Amino acid sequence: MLKVFMARITSLNVNGKKVTVDVDSTVNLLSVLRSDLDLTGSKYGCGEGQCGACTVLIDGVATRSCITQVARAAGKQITTIEGLEKDGKLTPLQEAFIKADAMQCAYCTSGMLMSASALLNKNPKPNRDDIVTAMNGNVCRCGTYQRIIDAIQSASGQATLKEVAS
Amino acid sequence: MIDERELIDAIERERYELFAGPNYNFAFDRRDFIKAFGLGIVFIVPVTRVLAQQRGESGRGGFNGSLPNDIGAWIHIDEDGGVTVFTGKVEVGQNTRTTLTQSVADELHVPIASVHLVMGDTDLVPFDMGTFGSRSTPTMAPQLRKAAAAAREMLIAMAAAQMQVAPGDLRIIDARFVNHDKSKTLTLAEVAKGHKLVKVIPDDIAITQPKDWTVAGTSVTKVDAIKFVTGKHQYTTDIKRDSLLYGKVVRPATFNATLISSDTKAAEAMPGVKVVTDGNFIGVVAPDQQTASKAANAIAVDWKSPGQPSSAQLFDLLRKPLTERRSGGEGGSGGARPQGLIADGLAAADKKLEQTYTVAYIAHAPLEPRAAVAEWNGDKLTVWIGTQRPFGVRSELADAFHISEDKVRVIVPDTGSGYGGKHTGECAVEAARLAKAAGKPVKLVWTREEEFTWAYFRPAGVIDIKSGVKNNGAITAWEFHNYNSGGAGIQIKYDIPNNDIRFHQSNSPLRQGSYRGLAATANHFARESHIDELAHEIKMDSLEFRLKNTTDERLRAVLTAAANKFGWGKMKPGANHGFGIACGFEKDGYVATCAEIAIEPATTKEDPKNRRVRIVRVVEAFDCGAVVNPLQLKNQIEGAITQAIGGALFESIEFDNGKILNPKFSSYRVPRFSDLPMIEVVLVDRKDIPSAGAGETPIVGLAPAVATAIFNATGIRLRSLPLVPKGLSS
Repeated sequence: MLKVFMARITSLNVNGKKVTVDVDSTVNLLSVLRSDLDLTGSKYGCGEGQCGACTVLIDGVATRSCITQVARAAGKQITTIEGLEKDGKLTPLQEAFIKADAMQCAYCTSGMLMSASALLNKNPKPNRDDIVTAMNGNVCRCGTYQRIIDAIQSASGQATLKEVAS
Repeated sequence: MIDERELIDAIERERYELFAGPNYNFAFDRRDFIKAFGLGIVFIVPVTRVLAQQRGESGRGGFNGSLPNDIGAWIHIDEDGGVTVFTGKVEVGQNTRTTLTQSVADELHVPIASVHLVMGDTDLVPFDMGTFGSRSTPTMAPQLRKAAAAAREMLIAMAAAQMQVAPGDLRIIDARFVNHDKSKTLTLAEVAKGHKLVKVIPDDIAITQPKDWTVAGTSVTKVDAIKFVTGKHQYTTDIKRDSLLYGKVVRPATFNATLISSDTKAAEAMPGVKVVTDGNFIGVVAPDQQTASKAANAIAVDWKSPGQPSSAQLFDLLRKPLTERRSGGEGGSGGARPQGLIADGLAAADKKLEQTYTVAYIAHAPLEPRAAVAEWNGDKLTVWIGTQRPFGVRSELADAFHISEDKVRVIVPDTGSGYGGKHTGECAVEAARLAKAAGKPVKLVWTREEEFTWAYFRPAGVIDIKSGVKNNGAITAWEFHNYNSGGAGIQIKYDIPNNDIRFHQSNSPLRQGSYRGLAATANHFARESHIDELAHEIKMDSLEFRLKNTTDERLRAVLTAAANKFGWGKMKPGANHGFGIACGFEKDGYVATCAEIAIEPATTKEDPKNRRVRIVRVVEAFDCGAVVNPLQLKNQIEGAITQAIGGALFESIEFDNGKILNPKFSSYRVPRFSDLPMIEVVLVDRKDIPSAGAGETPIVGLAPAVATAIFNATGIRLRSLPLVPKGLSS
């Protein structure tokens, strides 16, 4: 009988550091991050890449870690929500999310920040349509989309939607 | 003082999930536990007599518990001057942690940063029925304010004695006691140091009125937002314990299936896997999630399923009278007596109208699915779970394991939303059963598909309305029957001399329960759509018609505010665009919503025959009394409008023969960025009126405003929610 040996993944580059793991290559990246590396900022929301709560950057590209086999991330730079801060300092995008109150339950926030970070890296001055297109795979069930758009525009140094409420 | 009637109303009959029986029955076990307390000063708020009685009432989950005491909340000033507030409310995204913090800081005259709330930990906080029904702001905030106000006065007296000045000479400024010429100061810490005092707050203590608020009434961002933007906050799904195992429950093939036989050998042969069977329950634990899933899949189960109806038969089914008396309420009127005679009203009318409206089952789909981590230490059970009812879940666990409630501790980390969907503790019971068998802590996270299938849904409903109107605009008759969806928001603020308004319970083919706003969404959709139809019958403007039929000053105020901001009557919609308006009242909140929609060609993915309805712009005016935090309130209103888009346009649970056909985000569409209209919120701040909750009522105006806007654009009346699940057919 032919015995199939599952390949193992033994190291990953996460948030600028090389980390040691020992996982089956077909396991999804989200579970490795959360269970093996205790990086629980990336969330499970659907397991089919439809909600964006698990979004991380792989070589700067926003990627749904719940449907990404860990083998595909091996040897590449993985950035999670825990890796956004530099020397304990929030990024302008994180600051903007707080200031715009762009969250309610905030379970989607990590994924939103990662998708938005990827967008701003590629397009530093996105207009509203650019933002909607780039962020459409991220679901916020609390419905804070308008504030997230405001936060992204504000972080990119653009005027936000005028506060119209009296 | 809490009004008795208010409390009874707080548990509406359509909160079916609160009255249902347990899923599993396990074997008996009983032990004890001890609570501890620290140094500092504790201020205790007793609950009112009525609330205490309410708690003693028998019923399912949360209402049958013996009470440790009659405490409503407490505040602890520690030796470092830190203020810790203990409340049974939980944070599920409504940002009540922020607004309650503001209320305490406001009353105690301390900075927001020095106030910390301990929420929803049953070993640490006083009993609370649950976080639902928009009750935190109107009931918990005043209780905490009383505690803080009394604490302030008592602390001033203590400080005055210590400083040897008259109490009247002292004020608290930024957590420091300061005398009139600021020659003497003392910190909160210096007063609290060395004490171990417990003081009971008098119930009649005066609290600061909204016009004199300084911290409350201002915009404050989410208090611990930094934990969320850095991914550091630990939701239940993120909790880890030593030797943690992962659980998975084997679900029945359909609803209402009974277990005939199971073969667990293959699963048991897997390394590290333990299979747990107990009655109708089959689950597994494993060292990791993947293995748990594989093991669960390896269990062959023979289920016997009864034949069950499909979505296509739903509305005929709901019209049939209830065959089995259900606890939690009876059929009949929605609370008010009929007035006048419908026949008289119809006889007096120039135009009569009869229409039927329907709403589908929809799912809460909270982004954090149900999850629990359970850990047994000897006979003491601790469970972390995202729930809106920590004490209710504690009762469920005590019942399930035949132990006393003091052996169970439920801890609710700030949770990834609920919208009324996290009132029950089945996930906690399952995790605890697995952990008991495993002898180790177990985490159980429901998959999205489980969440869509085994939670409960917003009730579907059928609403029949018969009405009459005079050509001068006076509505003369209003007969309203709601089948199954519920009685919330069913009463009218229109002055109609002959009205008969009833809610009838039905046999629901699916498990149903509370959803943000309850049936107020369905009842407002039907009522406000019908009002628009009546206005059209007599060729009167929709806004004018509403104003003509209501003398309610607050309803008129929000209607006028929304209409003015929208520009109602001042402009005409462009080609293929339409305007709609709706208004309403529920849970002491008044709402008016104007919507503009556009009819656009189908996108490439859709059926080209079906045009797309896009919501272009929404203006909503809202009055919930004195505004505690304008920023958070606007956020709630915008969120409610955005969430409402799903139920209005496309969300619908499809089912057949005991199965859910669309239990995934790829088949159950929820609102996304591309569905977002321009949203403008008008806050009507009534400092003269006590603050009401605002988590629910802002959701009710959108669907009727959009439905009438579609009619305005196309002449097509849509009377079923969702309005255009597959687009607008020509």
